[in-house]
Parts: sequence; structure tokens; C-alpha cells
Amino acid sequence: MARAIAAEAGAEIPFLAPTGMLGTGFPEASLRAGLERGPAFMGVDSGSTDQGPQALGTGQPLLSRQAVRRDLSLLLPAAIEHGIPLLVGSAGTSGCDDSLDWLAGVLREVAAEQGLHPRVALIRAEQRAERLIEELRAGRIHPLGNAPPLDEATLRRARRVVAMMGPEPFAAALDAGAQVVLAGRSTDAAIFAAPLLRAGAPAGPSWHAGKILECGAAAVTARTAPDGMLGRVSEAGFTVEPLNPAMRCTPLSVAAHALYETADPTRLVEPPGTLVTQACRYEQAEDGRSVHVTGSAFEPAARYTVKLEGAELAGYQTIVPAAVRDPLLLAQLDEWVETLLAKIRERAQAILGDALAPGSWSVGARVYGRDGAMGALEPERRLEGHEALLLFEFTAPDQEHATAIAKTAGLLAMHHPIAGWEGFVNAVAFPYAPYEIERGAVWRFSLNHVWELDDPLAPFPIELVEL
Amino acid sequence: MARLHELARLVRSKNAGPFQLTFDLLFDDRATYEAVRDAGVVTPALFARLYGVPEEQVALIAYDPALAIKATIPRPVASGDLADTDVFGAQLYGPLVELEVPGVEPRPRAAERG
Repeated sequence: MARAIAAEAGAEIPFLAPTGMLGTGFPEASLRAGLERGPAFMGVDSGSTDQGPQALGTGQPLLSRQAVRRDLSLLLPAAIEHGIPLLVGSAGTSGCDDSLDWLAGVLREVAAEQGLHPRVALIRAEQRAERLIEELRAGRIHPLGNAPPLDEATLRRARRVVAMMGPEPFAAALDAGAQVVLAGRSTDAAIFAAPLLRAGAPAGPSWHAGKILECGAAAVTARTAPDGMLGRVSEAGFTVEPLNPAMRCTPLSVAAHALYETADPTRLVEPPGTLVTQACRYEQAEDGRSVHVTGSAFEPAARYTVKLEGAELAGYQTIVPAAVRDPLLLAQLDEWVETLLAKIRERAQAILGDALAPGSWSVGARVYGRDGAMGALEPERRLEGHEALLLFEFTAPDQEHATAIAKTAGLLAMHHPIAGWEGFVNAVAFPYAPYEIERGAVWRFSLNHVWELDDPLAPFPIELVEL
Repeated sequence: MARLHELARLVRSKNAGPFQLTFDLLFDDRATYEAVRDAGVVTPALFARLYGVPEEQVALIAYDPALAIKATIPRPVASGDLADTDVFGAQLYGPLVELEVPGVEPRPRAAERG
């Protein structure tokens, strides 16, 4: 049973973020150093949308089972030995039900192997389309900035939709005596804010400390590898301290972390309200490597909202990378690619016949060496240098047809005429055999919305499991 | 006159969620930060011009506690969508690196000053 966390007047609550993302690792020495400080709990994020929509589309995590297992094999016994809760948010990258169950499976393996028997809470965050359609009709789903249009068909098309839980489901799981909380999609800071708020810590410092520690040691001056951080929250504010003695935080490094991956460092929106850091003071502690933060404020929201994320199928893709080295070809590359793509489309149409609906498949090329990284945003349109990489993309409603087009296209590219040469040319260097690579299903994020909730717990069922 | 990379300790870009891009210009001394902040070149118009978004959709914030200037714009293509070229939004700061900042001289950064 987890030790009760109590905030006495003036007391500090120490807590541990062993790493910024479960499965990215941390030195064992850092974990030991953190545990010696008597943390009240450990929290770690396990998810992100950084790596694109496919984790949510497929339900597959983006980190390996082996890497996640290694981290859990240290964190689970540490939590049990010290009698403290271990909270994990956004299970398995996307926080959908499949990835939550996947993470629970890894935890089960570790527990069985080490003969450990924790009480585990699984909190689900995936939402049924029918439920969300009712909410959309009731006017309780609202777009965020730059959101794609949302209608009932969008919700039906989405392969998965998750809602990003706040701290309340974590707190409810702790109330139920969970030693390990594995949560589906959640806000990063809620993982840490939940036990702090539950212990009576003030909202501003709790949310702000959570926001900084959710990235592990990212707020140090030079994070050479994933590592952990100790937080201490009190009525007066909070302190952050890297667990690795080779790392240090400065007022600047901690303040700068508020910028990371967010639009506005002064106002960070969470389900129950907004963290306001405008009046924060960051001071170096006497040890020269910890930073004390005061002035964090939290404005409760008029309406409790959770963010919705959804992914829908965009098609299946097969790609063909092809390098170009001929100076004559490089000098005419745009026109060469354009005429080639027209030829590929014509040939694909002949092969496909009426197997695919018009507009359901596409052919394209990216030019690395000119605007591969930035695409249409690239202000520098010149192609310079002695080589370029063409990346052809073929998208269709199924893999077989995408690959059928790619196989045809590769040979068309190989012998597409180059102005200035006569005869049968060999125009591109394929780095791989076969030249086409199947990418599988390709997904797109289809929601960027918030959902008003009357009850912060309702969409997030909690299941208790005794391992 | 100095180039931005001669003044900032870090210029970076990243997704702020799948539908927004955010740019951070981080400095390590207050004088340089304030000089760039007040030079009149890091403006919504700059990001509008470089990234093809309407000026009113550029959110520009100078965040004094972090000696940082931050700009956030809508992503032209959502992260990972078919036409996306940079899933993390990690390399889109490229056109900012050589930005000319008038009235400021290049200066050694804190790490080089020792």
C-alpha cells in the first residue's frame, strides 16, 4: 500500500521524475540518488504527438517493448520498496486503449519476473465516436486554433479518438489505493499535479513544477542524455534539482523550458484552468545547481475542458528514393520531374483501369537538395550542389495498388529522357533493391478540439488490477 | 549588423501540438536579448513573410524571464499528414538563422566567454 502523502504547513513535498519519457532511459545512479531524497511519488510521461499520427492510428507504441521494459524493471521495484506511487501518463505514445493494454502487459511481465504484486490502476482515455457525436450535437465540442473542420462524419471516420485527462482520474486511482497508475492519454503536467494537489499543495507551483518535470531533466543547462529531476513543492513555491551531479539548472534554463513545445510560455492551458507564469521569479539556490521558482499562479477555468485527439486513415503509401548526379539532369530537374510524373500518372491509369476511383490515388515527388525539409515553405528555390535526392510517393486506398504504381514508376524514372543526351538514358541511382519501399498505412490527425465536461472523471473509467 | 546565429544561443523550431509550429530564439545575456527584441526585425511580419501565413495569425511573445523570443504560427500541413515535410517541425527554423539584425554587433556567447 502506498504511503499517504501529507502536506504539513510549510513542509515541502519532494517528488521524482526519473526520465522525460518512459523507455528513453535514465542512469540507475540518478534513480538511486533521487530515491534517497524520500520522494512522495514518481511520475513519468509515456506519450507524445511529436512523432505524428500513426501511433494513434495504428494503436502501436513508438518506443520498443525492450526499452520500456528496462525502465519499468527499475521503477516498479523502486516504487514498491519505497512504498510510493508510480504514475505513468499517456501510455504507449498515443494513450489509446490498445497501447494502454500493451504497457500493462509489459508491467505484468516485469512484476511476474521480479515476484512483485502491486495494485495497479488502468485508466482508459479512448472515446467512442457515438458518444462524441452526441456531445458535438449538444454543442460541447469546440475547435482549437487551426483545427480541421469537424462534423459527425469526421468522428465516424476516425480510427481512434482519445481525450486528454486532467489530474482527477489519477487522484481517484490513488484514492483507490493504486501503487501503480497507468493512464491513457493525459496532459503531461497532470501526472505530477494530481498527487501534489491531492496532498494539498498549492495549484500554481504544483502545475508549474509538473510542467517542468514532465520532461525529466530537459530543463538543465546541457542535457547530454535522458535523465531525471527532483522537484520539491511547498506553499512558497517549488524547487527543481537535477539528479545527475554532472547536470545543473540555472534560472535561465528553467525559465526557458516553459517555452518548449508550447505556443505561449506565460499561459499554459490545462483541463481545470490555466497556469500563469508571467509573474514568476527564478532564483539559483545556494547549491548552484537547483533553481527555486516563486510566483506561479493558476486561474481556474469557467468550464472544465479536455483536449481531443483523433487519427484517420489517409491511405497506403509506397515510396521510391532515387538520387540524381548528372549535371545536365540537375540543370533541368523541375521540368524532368514534371514530365515524368505526368507519364507515371498516365501509365498508372492504364494499369489501374477502373480499379480505383478517380482522385483516390496520387503520385508525387519531393526534391531533397532544394526543398525537401521545408516543401512549399522553402523561400530558397534554387537547386545547387552536385546531387539531389528525389523521393517519389505513391498513395492509394490499399498497399497493393500503391506498390503497383511504384513498381511501374521506378522504371519510367530510370529511362525518362534527359534533354541534351540522345539514346537510351539511365537517369537515377536507386539506393535499394527493390527500389520501392512500402510505408504501410498513412494516417492524419483529424481533431484539434476541446470537449466540455461536467465530470472530469466520467470519460475515463478506472480499472483496478491486483498483479 | 549581426546575423541571428551570431547573437542567439539557440534558434529552434518544433511542433506545439500537431497543428501549430513554434519558433524559439534563445539568448544568454540580457543586453543581446533586449537589443534583438527591440531591433524591429523579429516581428509578426517577418514570420508572415518567411512562412506564408497571414500576419494576424503570428503570435509573437518576448519572454523576459527566459531571455527568449517566441513565435507561433499555424502549421500549413498537420504533422505527419501526406504533404508534411517535417513531422516534428524540427528544421523549419532554417530561414531565420542568417537573419540580419541591424544595430547589434556579433558578440561571444556565454559559453565562449567562459
